[in-house]
Amino acid sequence: MEHTVRGKKKLKELVINRDWCKGCGICVSFCPKKVLELDSKDKAIVVRPEDCISCKLCELRCPDLAIEVLTEEDND
Amino acid sequence: MAVKDYLRERFFPHMWCPGCGHGTVLNALLRAVEELQLNKNDIVMTSGIGCSARISGYVDFHSLHTLHGRALAFATGVKLSKPDLKLLVPMGDGDALAIGGNHFIHACRRNIDITAIIMNNRIYGMTGGQFSPLSGPDKKATTAPYLTIDAEFDIVEVSKAAGATFVARSTTYHVKEATEMLKKAISHKGFSVVEILSQCPTHYGRKNREGDAVQMMTGYRDNTAKLGSKALADNPSLIPRGIFVDQARPEYCQEYDNIIAKASRNRAA
Repeated sequence: MEHTVRGKKKLKELVINRDWCKGCGICVSFCPKKVLELDSKDKAIVVRPEDCISCKLCELRCPDLAIEVLTEEDND
Repeated sequence: MAVKDYLRERFFPHMWCPGCGHGTVLNALLRAVEELQLNKNDIVMTSGIGCSARISGYVDFHSLHTLHGRALAFATGVKLSKPDLKLLVPMGDGDALAIGGNHFIHACRRNIDITAIIMNNRIYGMTGGQFSPLSGPDKKATTAPYLTIDAEFDIVEVSKAAGATFVARSTTYHVKEATEMLKKAISHKGFSVVEILSQCPTHYGRKNREGDAVQMMTGYRDNTAKLGSKALADNPSLIPRGIFVDQARPEYCQEYDNIIAKASRNRAA
């Protein structure tokens, strides 16, 4: 397991609650790996999950509490 | 417990505008509460009036949505009657320092164990963008079409002067730092103030050409610096972030208990 190495958490799923997302673009703009984009309905979507480093900054900054970054460690 | 367990999900999506910083403050506050492993039955949130005050409806704590500027007065009452409860009082800049200015300075002076969170967006958003005592000079507002002439308060300096024993400042961009400050403030025994700069893209941002939420947050990144950092020493015009005061002073509820004990002894004698 990689869990002893800091910052090496593996992404399991990036969940976006489309009913809560208001499309402000904060997650899209501040993602260090440009994993997210806004779709035609101005809702955040995951376009490059393979690039995600699970820093969770999108989840922490989301003003709509619409993002959850699930990592392999969060299995419980 | 997960963050969502502290939410009243039935009221979501919330009523704040797209990109409003207040949602990020709620996010940071819930994480602070979660990381401190507080029981939600031990937390009371009181709030006043305004966009910021709506936060008390979204959290699954005990909550009191009270009068404009009077959230701290209600919190003082709750705390004195049930000193074991944790009191969280989120306020807007106008709610805390204009309408509630007197309650604010006297709560600081008493050093009662309450955590005040000031979500400073420098404007009255809910009523349509009137300038507040935090707007500062040369700003456009509905009530200042030819720009404001009033100087702004410095929340940190006001809190320090009034006697708060924990004073900190962060922004919605620095969300991890804000969460850490909130954790320290909640754990602090005494009156703590955490100012979080929170963008209002709808009114303040649009009227003052500061752009959308992302641009305003980028501004927080570029125009603030950590207390004691080289960046701040090189450029003192930056807004300092960090913990400005963290000291111990007798707490109000404890002093009140001492007075009760003293009075009871006198009566028994």
